[in-house]
Amino acid sequence: MMNLHEIQHRMLEAVMQPLTEDEQMRPRTRDGKSMHDVAAGFIKPNDRLSSFERLEIYNRQYWLRLLGSLEEDFPGLRTIVGQSKFEALCKAYLMDCPSQSFSLRNLGSRLEWWLRSHSEYLQPRAGLALDMVRLEWAEIEAFDGASEPLLIPEHVLATDPDPHFRLQPYLSMLSLHYPVDDLLVAIKKDNPGAEMASNAVVERGKQARLHKVARQKPQAIFLVVHRLDYSVYFKRIEREAFDFLTALREGKNLSTAAMRAFEGREIQENRLLGTVQGWFENWSGLGWFCVPKSTDQDLISVSGRQS
Amino acid sequence: MPANAYNGFTDFGVGIGLRVPHYRHILSEKPVVNWFEIISENYMIDGGRPLHVLDQILEQYQVVQHGVSMYFGSPEPPNREHLKRLKALVKRTKTPWLTDHLCWGSVDGTYSHDLLPMPYTFEAVRHTAQKIREVRDFLEIPIAVENVSSYAEFHVSEMTEWQFLTEVVESADCGILLDVNNIYVSSRNHNFNPLDYVNGVPAERVAQIHIAGHSKFEKYILDTHDHPVIDPVWKLYARAIERAGRTATLLEWDDKIPSFEDVHNEALKANQFVADVVVA
Repeated sequence: MMNLHEIQHRMLEAVMQPLTEDEQMRPRTRDGKSMHDVAAGFIKPNDRLSSFERLEIYNRQYWLRLLGSLEEDFPGLRTIVGQSKFEALCKAYLMDCPSQSFSLRNLGSRLEWWLRSHSEYLQPRAGLALDMVRLEWAEIEAFDGASEPLLIPEHVLATDPDPHFRLQPYLSMLSLHYPVDDLLVAIKKDNPGAEMASNAVVERGKQARLHKVARQKPQAIFLVVHRLDYSVYFKRIEREAFDFLTALREGKNLSTAAMRAFEGREIQENRLLGTVQGWFENWSGLGWFCVPKSTDQDLISVSGRQS
Repeated sequence: MPANAYNGFTDFGVGIGLRVPHYRHILSEKPVVNWFEIISENYMIDGGRPLHVLDQILEQYQVVQHGVSMYFGSPEPPNREHLKRLKALVKRTKTPWLTDHLCWGSVDGTYSHDLLPMPYTFEAVRHTAQKIREVRDFLEIPIAVENVSSYAEFHVSEMTEWQFLTEVVESADCGILLDVNNIYVSSRNHNFNPLDYVNGVPAERVAQIHIAGHSKFEKYILDTHDHPVIDPVWKLYARAIERAGRTATLLEWDDKIPSFEDVHNEALKANQFVADVVVA
């Protein structure tokens, strides 16, 4: 008689096996055994359903749920590669990278990494599609990533003329080859709630999206995906600003980050200072800087003593 | 009996599940609702809008946490990261009790994200009860386990589902979240009398009751939470509260979600059965 662990191993393996093209459970396991025999080995039939059919309900539910989750998280990628290729790549991805998290929120966390070695699913627009996947994952991170107490840069500069700055954990900086920010905004605007729309509206939306994808030309952009008042925003920045922020995130101090940003460019010191000051004013207003970890702990202990 | 050790000695009445399409209405109109049930996993995150909305809800309403991925019946020990996040949320919500399903859904860290049925064996009883105890000891809060809808039965089962539920909750000394819709769905899928189930569970351990709608297919019923509650399920509900007394009751509506008023009004139908029980 099978024990609990054996039943669970066998059932999960069957549940996670891909469906056939007409959404049926496959008649054979990956190692060639009859799925009817496998199912009958641990699942009882009833007066209406065979063991195979009962197991098939779970097999279908698994794929319906996980594919639905990826569709919800990556509408931009789906638009670029098309519905059938999107489904094929999601199935292949989930076979190679089954969920390792209790939360479906993390289901797409390895998608960009996986697609980099499976670009056959992205042709002929692999560059555009990869940019879109990076943007869509950054959007998820910005939506519910951690935020830390805000830092006022002037306060730090008052005590340390060349400090390190920490960026909010939810913030992502992306160097992209295509203006996928505009494309994703347009895709979402076209189809804010597909289930509410009539077929005619969906069809028009689909056509509009396809035209937008077809029109996408390469254009290098530098993007910060961030959050303000609990909404996610995409903000384009200059290359110098991007290099500067990237250096700060890597833990470089202010002067090193500024040198990296303007490396190889002739710029007067006054203008450089003015530019950096302008960046700080803007980014501080957007809440991008947070208190360093050590200061964080100090604040907690101070507030503990006060209470 | 309604306020017992398994629901933190509370008497919450009828509530509904907190769902995203209703956020705006709830925050702006502040409707009178006894309590909301939240899906724990939706808020076991680091920041952002979901937690901001939850904090606003917590200022106005009582909230109870309901989980979908603890998988008490899965072979591996509880995931420490999962437990830590869950405990942080418990502290945030101050939920008087916490519920999750009597099922499994992962093996060796690979997740199905489904509520898979248990084989009803004594081995499974021992394993599951031990895990429930571990989770309760870590979270330091009463736990109630929910019976799931199922579409398969196992050759190895040694008892009925309600006997299995009873064995587990008595062995773990925890409560029951009795889902009468799930009982109905499983009774149709496995050909048993749902009243035998309701009559067979230890009523004194019922911490909470779930009601919901489902979808009928040609050869089976699927637990879809996308319809009103049907009369046979209301009858099971009436019998459940006849046995357990007035118990915290929650309507689940997770797909094709109608307006807040429609969902709330459907839930409030439970009150007429509660009144009958009190009068009787």
